[in-house]
Amino acid sequence: MMIYLPIAEVSVNLFLLLGLGGLVGVLSGMFGVGGGFLITPLLFFVGIPPAVAVATSANQIVASSFSAMLSHLSRKTVDLKMGMVLLVGGLIGSAFGVMLFNHLKSMGHVELLVRLCYVVFLGAIGGLMLFESYRAIRRARRAGGGPVYKRKQRNWIHVLPIKMKFRTSGLYISAIPPVLVGVSVGLLAAIMGVGGGFIMVPAMIYILGMPTKVVIGTSLFQILFVTAFTTLLHATTNYTVDMALAVVLLVGGVIGAQLGTQIGLRMKAEQLRILLAALVLVVCAKLGLDLLLRPAELYSVSTLDRL
Amino acid sequence: MRGLCILLLLVVSNAALAQQTGEEVVLGLSQNRVSISADFDGSEILIFGAIKRETPIPRQPLEVVVTIAGPSEPLIVRRKDRRFGIWINTAANRIDSAPSYYAVATSGPFNDVLRHTEDLRHKVSIPRAIRSVGAPAEIGDSRAFTRALIRIREKNNLFQMLEGAVAVEQQTLFRTSISLPANLTEGPYQTRVFLTRDGHVISQFETEIDVYKVGLERFLYNLSRSQPLVYGLLSLAIAIAAGWGASAAFRMLRQG
Repeated sequence: MMIYLPIAEVSVNLFLLLGLGGLVGVLSGMFGVGGGFLITPLLFFVGIPPAVAVATSANQIVASSFSAMLSHLSRKTVDLKMGMVLLVGGLIGSAFGVMLFNHLKSMGHVELLVRLCYVVFLGAIGGLMLFESYRAIRRARRAGGGPVYKRKQRNWIHVLPIKMKFRTSGLYISAIPPVLVGVSVGLLAAIMGVGGGFIMVPAMIYILGMPTKVVIGTSLFQILFVTAFTTLLHATTNYTVDMALAVVLLVGGVIGAQLGTQIGLRMKAEQLRILLAALVLVVCAKLGLDLLLRPAELYSVSTLDRL
Repeated sequence: MRGLCILLLLVVSNAALAQQTGEEVVLGLSQNRVSISADFDGSEILIFGAIKRETPIPRQPLEVVVTIAGPSEPLIVRRKDRRFGIWINTAANRIDSAPSYYAVATSGPFNDVLRHTEDLRHKVSIPRAIRSVGAPAEIGDSRAFTRALIRIREKNNLFQMLEGAVAVEQQTLFRTSISLPANLTEGPYQTRVFLTRDGHVISQFETEIDVYKVGLERFLYNLSRSQPLVYGLLSLAIAIAAGWGASAAFRMLRQG
């Protein structure tokens, strides 16, 4: 059955979209990721215009991060103050990101920018994850206790001005690094249509030195507001949020997420990580090849007001 | 001056021909309205008609050309080139006006049915329906861009050249069916019927087929353009409700 998407103005198979939403839902349930970095390229592959894919996935992430954040709030694993500081940076980054997006769209390079960002980030993250989980599996084989990562107690972050107390995280640091982390995540959210959790979580642990137990909840808090803001900006400046597409993806996504959680409970963490890394690298390779190989059609047509 | 004279002559002779034959089209359409609903999957339009005439049928065979054109708009055609090892858009050319959809159906080979001069005048064939005044100096070959546009749209069934698709019977009745693909743009679709003899247009008839989004599709599209903020907030509300509702529903399922 085909469904006509009113904003994207293309007709797509309804079950294909449901399946896509479901697949990404299963993955986000299994691996605890937002899935934005997978759903946007998958939408490219089925023929949704990139601008619509990016804006609509931002809307999609609002839904998944909201339900996940609720459970973290009830477990009190959200550092609201840190979340607010990250959010200030996130909103600035997001506004810049949408401006950059619109500027490049008028020059005809937006598709290239989005694809390049994806290839670089998916490649880096996928490679790192594969390497990490390979090491973890080898460590587990040797059955020895792995090296314990010690949080740095003092580094360059502690000499910056405007210090703030973050009670839930037990930190007393300058507000500048969290704002900068927020800005970069906001930029990515606007350009790539992702939540940016896969960048923010490592940054919070290794740069800000936050305790792991509050990291996920706090990043979800930030992601929720930044993606909501990005959705609004795309909706008001580009008119590229497709509500019909979002609803179909949501339906598939929420069912898939519950399935994924069940599957995830029955698998070993290292196996899960390797699988996720492989998947990320496959998507990255496909996007990368599209840029490197000579395209079958060198020309592309676009109207003046939309992509 | 000489060219003008010939042109004038042509016009006069054609007018005389049309006067003399006095043949007129009586047209029927299977539908004069196409509604794009949520499950819209393309549409097939049946165009049929008869030729009304008061004089005996002339000796030369009657040919029929039917065209359907979607709303026109300016376009940008971009060309990719290899830079720094990757393929990126480097050259762009503006097309002043091109129909979003264009189909030509004829009763025989196009060049036999319609003369080149008539094609120029009525803008019937696909390349004539596209208006591209000129290209910026740095692009040497602006025709290549127009050809690319035609190639891409033909691949998506948005441009169709259907030679021999019009059936003419007894020089009086004709019919053809033209398919509209699923990815249509809204607007009035100008439909033209030309009667030709010996490559000259002897009669012409025009009507419109309205293509519009209906129901939810129309509502969402209008809302997103006229009230983008409300639309954005509504999308967020749906997302949050879905996220919250799903986790609540599955919690209940697991407990119950």
